[in-house]
Amino acid sequence: MAATAPHAVPAPAFDAERVRADFPILRRIINGRPLVYLDSGASAQRPLAVLRAVEDYETHCHANVHRGVYALSQAATEAYEGSRERVRRFINARSTREIIFVRGTTEGINLVAQAYARPRFGPGDEILITALEHHANIVPWQMVCEQTGCTLKVAPINRRGELLFDEFLKLLSSHTRLVAVAHVSNVLGTVLPVKRIVDAAHKHGAVVLVDGAQAVPHSNVDVRALGCDFYTFSSHKLYGPTGIGVLYGREELLAAMPPWQGGGDMILTVSFEKTTYNELPWKFEAGTPHISGAIGLAAAMDYVETLSLAAIAAHEQRLLALATEQLGRMPGIEIIGTAPHKAAVLSFTMAGVHPHDIGTILDAEGVAVRTGHHCAMPVMTFFGIPATARASFGCYNTESDVASLVAALEKAREVFA
Amino acid sequence: MDLKELYRDVILDHNRRPRNFGRIEPSDGHAEGHNPLCGDRLSVFVRLDGERVADIRFEGKGCAISTASASLMTEAVKGKERAAIGELFAKVHALLTQQDAAPDTALGKLAALSGVREFPVRVKCASLCWHTLNAALDRSADSVSTE
Repeated sequence: MAATAPHAVPAPAFDAERVRADFPILRRIINGRPLVYLDSGASAQRPLAVLRAVEDYETHCHANVHRGVYALSQAATEAYEGSRERVRRFINARSTREIIFVRGTTEGINLVAQAYARPRFGPGDEILITALEHHANIVPWQMVCEQTGCTLKVAPINRRGELLFDEFLKLLSSHTRLVAVAHVSNVLGTVLPVKRIVDAAHKHGAVVLVDGAQAVPHSNVDVRALGCDFYTFSSHKLYGPTGIGVLYGREELLAAMPPWQGGGDMILTVSFEKTTYNELPWKFEAGTPHISGAIGLAAAMDYVETLSLAAIAAHEQRLLALATEQLGRMPGIEIIGTAPHKAAVLSFTMAGVHPHDIGTILDAEGVAVRTGHHCAMPVMTFFGIPATARASFGCYNTESDVASLVAALEKAREVFA
Repeated sequence: MDLKELYRDVILDHNRRPRNFGRIEPSDGHAEGHNPLCGDRLSVFVRLDGERVADIRFEGKGCAISTASASLMTEAVKGKERAAIGELFAKVHALLTQQDAAPDTALGKLAALSGVREFPVRVKCASLCWHTLNAALDRSADSVSTE
């Protein structure tokens, strides 16, 4: 997806039933039915490898990091910093100095907004986003606009949910200081042409932040191939723990930025007259970090790379194609987001049945989907709908899950017939 | 969990053909309600005759529970005085939230909402219209939220 389209990659053998066995939660019975989990776009489930890595750390290796001279603290520090190196390899960053652990994508974007944009931007400067962004990639920039007097510009999309690239180009100018775009739309599934966006923005001297929350679980992301300046994503959408995520930033940008939060770990020396800040990446990690979260995230990265992200993506694309075809044949179903290049996210509406009612009826059948505005109210407004139902697929979903979705939607139609 | 308990015929009927749907302009009181969880929005308009609600209408887009609850509410409160409406809301609230709420004959058709209490995330859908009506009667707040 980053450099290559997922369906262009030859698919290695992928045994989703074997993958399912790695996820204990999938054995749960919900409302008397086996769980059909189609909400990985909101949060993916955890494989045993992640659960065990976290448990092993908590059971045998926990102490605070970067502090003690004793063996346990050194072991914890090695495990934590080892996770940082794992992340570096995963996205092909140059250096671990470019890998900041944050709470999640939202915090990554806020860090850049407050520590990069806020001190630099002023009246006349522009921040350019797109019309399909998640609230997390809208509101932090609105706050910067309020704080600095700079202006937010929004590049439009079409009815298929694709970015109008020519319109995007027209909005780029010497006033554009920063471009912030989703790599993959959480509602529409659209994969944005990030490389082209980065190249165009750089010609105008603007830096580019990519919200990769929905892209990282479905593709090999190479931040150097993309050429972006900042890339941020969450662990829990990548089969890792909640409460941890990653902000990648080019070293020269991070080095020039002031710290965001002050406290322990982000300093070298403190006196009441003068404090010197720590080096990268710790300058941006005030306080005791989410150590077990970082370790769980590293285990999740090992897990998806063992399965092969290309194989996962190819498998999900088969499910997306199957579900798109089957839902497309159901009368009254309208699929929202029909870009040719999509990740495995399927938003839809059903004539005469509000998405909230779809969600309740599907739940009674054991089928978990997300319903609502998906933290993207402007996208709902663009399509003139209050909400959608959204099925999103992960490595553990199967054709049988698609069949359960279709059967449950038939049930919803019966209830509202 | 029984879907038939939630989506009773009365609910489905009021969702399909909401009663008192539309606006009253000019009105004596008007408020907008919003449920950020599901994006439901509705407006309630009242015309008053002293303490009595002489006419009431609502409009908006929402799920079946929210639309049916608003429709049933307008039928139930039309012609009633404020104090009686307050008492009725208290009974509806108990119906929606208390597992052991005894059936109250004063509820009439509103009793069809009893299935909602088995679905805690849907209680806000059913109560949004009542909060919005309260705001319309107060004529002070111009927007209420269930959050």
